[in-house]
Amino acid sequence: MNLNRRQFLKLSGSAAATATVAGSGLLTGCSSGPRRPGTGEIASSPTICDICFWKCAGTVYTENGKPWKVVGNPDDVHSNGRLCTRGTGGIGSYMDRDRLTKPLMRVERNGKQVFEPVDWNQALNFIASRMRKIAEEQGEDRIALFSHGAGGAHFKHLLKSFGADSYAAPSFAQCRGPREVAFKLTYGEGVGSPDRTDMENSRCIVLIGSHIGENLHNGQVQTLTRAIENGATLITVDPRFSVPAGKSKHWLAIEPGTDIALLLAWMNVIIGEELYDKDYVNKNTTGLPQLARHVRPFTPEWAWLQTGIEPDKIRASARDMAAAAPATLIHPGRHVTWYGDDTQRSRAIAILNALLGSWGRPGGFYYQEKVKLPKFPLPKYPHAKTTEKIANKGKFPFASSGVTNAVIDASIGEDAHYKGWFIYGTNLPMSLPGITHKLRQAADQLDLVVVVDIVPAEVIGYADIVLPECSYLERYDDLRNSPERIPSLALRMPAFEPLGDSKPGWWIAKQLGERLGLEKYFPWNDYSEVLDWQLKQVGSSLEEMQRIGVKNFHRKTPEYLDDDAPFRFGTPSGKIELYSQQLKDAGFAPMPVYTPPQKPPEDYYRLIYGRAPAHTFGRTSNNPLLFELMPENAVWVNPIAAQRWGLNSGDYIRLKNTEGTMSNRVRVRVTERIRPDSLFMAHGFGHTERGLRLASGVGANDAELMSHVKIDPIMGGTGMRSNFVTLVKEEV
Amino acid sequence: MSRYAMVIDTRTCIGCGDCVVACKTENNVPAGLNRDWIVEATNGRYPDLTTEFRSERCNHCSHATCVYSCPTGASHYWRGTNIVLVDPGKCTGCKACIAACPYDARLIMRPEGYIDKCTFCHHRVEVGKDPACVSTCPTNCMHFGRIDEPESLVSRLLRERRSKTLLPETGNQPNVYYLV
Repeated sequence: MNLNRRQFLKLSGSAAATATVAGSGLLTGCSSGPRRPGTGEIASSPTICDICFWKCAGTVYTENGKPWKVVGNPDDVHSNGRLCTRGTGGIGSYMDRDRLTKPLMRVERNGKQVFEPVDWNQALNFIASRMRKIAEEQGEDRIALFSHGAGGAHFKHLLKSFGADSYAAPSFAQCRGPREVAFKLTYGEGVGSPDRTDMENSRCIVLIGSHIGENLHNGQVQTLTRAIENGATLITVDPRFSVPAGKSKHWLAIEPGTDIALLLAWMNVIIGEELYDKDYVNKNTTGLPQLARHVRPFTPEWAWLQTGIEPDKIRASARDMAAAAPATLIHPGRHVTWYGDDTQRSRAIAILNALLGSWGRPGGFYYQEKVKLPKFPLPKYPHAKTTEKIANKGKFPFASSGVTNAVIDASIGEDAHYKGWFIYGTNLPMSLPGITHKLRQAADQLDLVVVVDIVPAEVIGYADIVLPECSYLERYDDLRNSPERIPSLALRMPAFEPLGDSKPGWWIAKQLGERLGLEKYFPWNDYSEVLDWQLKQVGSSLEEMQRIGVKNFHRKTPEYLDDDAPFRFGTPSGKIELYSQQLKDAGFAPMPVYTPPQKPPEDYYRLIYGRAPAHTFGRTSNNPLLFELMPENAVWVNPIAAQRWGLNSGDYIRLKNTEGTMSNRVRVRVTERIRPDSLFMAHGFGHTERGLRLASGVGANDAELMSHVKIDPIMGGTGMRSNFVTLVKEEV
Repeated sequence: MSRYAMVIDTRTCIGCGDCVVACKTENNVPAGLNRDWIVEATNGRYPDLTTEFRSERCNHCSHATCVYSCPTGASHYWRGTNIVLVDPGKCTGCKACIAACPYDARLIMRPEGYIDKCTFCHHRVEVGKDPACVSTCPTNCMHFGRIDEPESLVSRLLRERRSKTLLPETGNQPNVYYLV
């Protein structure tokens, strides 16, 4: 049996170890009125939500020993006591009946590869022996980790202890990477997560393709709505009448892909009409003369032809921004990998903020602080011979984090660097655009593919071994110590016993460490010992945190820049770099340049995708509570296009891209809220893994339709908005 | 009598559905049933559009036709307030209240068959808490309180802002208000 030849596996009925969860029993028969929930025996414990990466702190309640609800912790700066839709539905991730509850191993039975449940010992021994084999034949460094979520830290630790230091997450090259790189080039530091946007104090907010409110990062939603309540001017640039567009003074229904033209025109107005913050710009920036020369040709009239936005609207919105400055935030967005020139677009956003003087000013961007939390004392990691940088092969000079797509490329072909993958909580085939072919190629030649997840996501199809982690409600993870407005620690602890044979990530990593002779890196019996030690270094304890969940500390550093004191930015010049010598030296445009986007062929539409408030990517599609709220996505079609194709809301269609790839069937939503030349769908649907019994086969998957990916040469991001699709009516 | 009202700001509501999930977990509402829901209304033609999102539920009407139409007294006002509850022990599942409710706010519990609905989380109200939906809303667009008390937040909001109710023409005197 050759395990390297991997057929793509899906769970069959026999292998799907079915989870059973105590149902939420309904008590009836109370004669004096409806039942009063919460009158039984109540227990509670603190948690940090893991449904998205905002990491809100909350409290898990049980009633009469049964799971009841999760609510926000009022002391938590991420949530202010209010979890979002997905966080409130977090209890559903425990109740998901399709959870992985047994380790699964790829075996050959009757000439077919199948997954078979095995015990932990067998699974862990197999992984350890393959890791040793890779180390002997190729070197310890030839194993890469793909990770998303807090628990990935345990596997990063395991691999670093082993001598492998290659790590990549889709949050960089498929999401925030361009803006982090652009802001670092401009200001010497990135925006970070949670975003350091000071929206609660903003008087004007500009959203460019960012649909906060549908994208439900809790602090972003809370502060944006505070700004609306305070009467801030909202300007939304979006081909779709998004939720925030409906609350905006200006909705600029831009032609997709022309954002840089608009940004340049705004700069043209703000510099040309001398609306920029002269004191701030003179004191803090470098490169204004070059920028002024650069943007002079890009008048609103020029931009009109590119963007379709009338010159008057461009001028009016620019003047509104300037009138509110410096409390004006040109929001940097989060998912910004669109057209391959995304670092340059994010640079334009960074520069515009600098012109308005919003960085380090109330209502713009504030400075964050985290707790100085000592690391648990451990021996030094062995030297890793290579890191994930080797996968970039001299490209992407400003990639400040692992590039997932580059690591995948470096696992394919005769000169493949990587021989083993750990994939933690990252559903690669849906997270990366048009990637399934490459994943198959890589899986065909890798010596080891380990997937750690709580549900059978599609990525298990490439695995030798699938390890069932318990949900965040059943485990300890690292303390949350995110940069925020005030330094703050939060605790995640088990509220329930792990379901079936699922185990916490820390336990899995330690077990593997012990099998690899790395005991000295795992000197604890329970991970709570690590947390207790760390907490005691900062005047708290595990016992205290189990009671309060969140502990806030006093700030020691200023939140904003001092206008009267000199400040050295972390750039080579020590100033905010409107003109980037670093980019110039590396062979890139030192100031943002506009390239017109490709137009759709006849009868094709630009495929635009985004978030829906009920779900986190495709991770929550099978969560029963969230599935019920939004079981499937729909394709938004303007009535003009709907008429052209004879479509009504609720009809099934398939989307076909320019290469002929056809989506799963998906319903139409005819709506005026989308441009006639574009289609929109929420990302995260169209699962194909049959083990996800709710989500499988429901809705369409945008990622599989993305055959045109524009790679950002500056940092390796995958531009995903360059794809065109046409509509194919469902045959009756 | 204490008159409780919910005041929801459509200017900040984003239609995220958190209120729906919060109700479901708080009250153990069975799969497939909901006591509250989201309505999205779009007006106009591209690109001149407006949208309104509303979190809707039982209006706990001051003149509740469901209470008056109930033949067994199962539908009743809770402790002399306007909060409308159903006593499952008295409900025969005849559905007269469903026919009488202008808001389609009542559901048939399964598998038991009695009628269920939003309770304004009376179990929380009686200990001084807001209903679960109000207390979880990430936009803070929902407010709850007594409008028979002039200085309550809800009374002030209704004085200071323009508001509307749904189907006031029915004469039911609904107590869920939408700030516009």
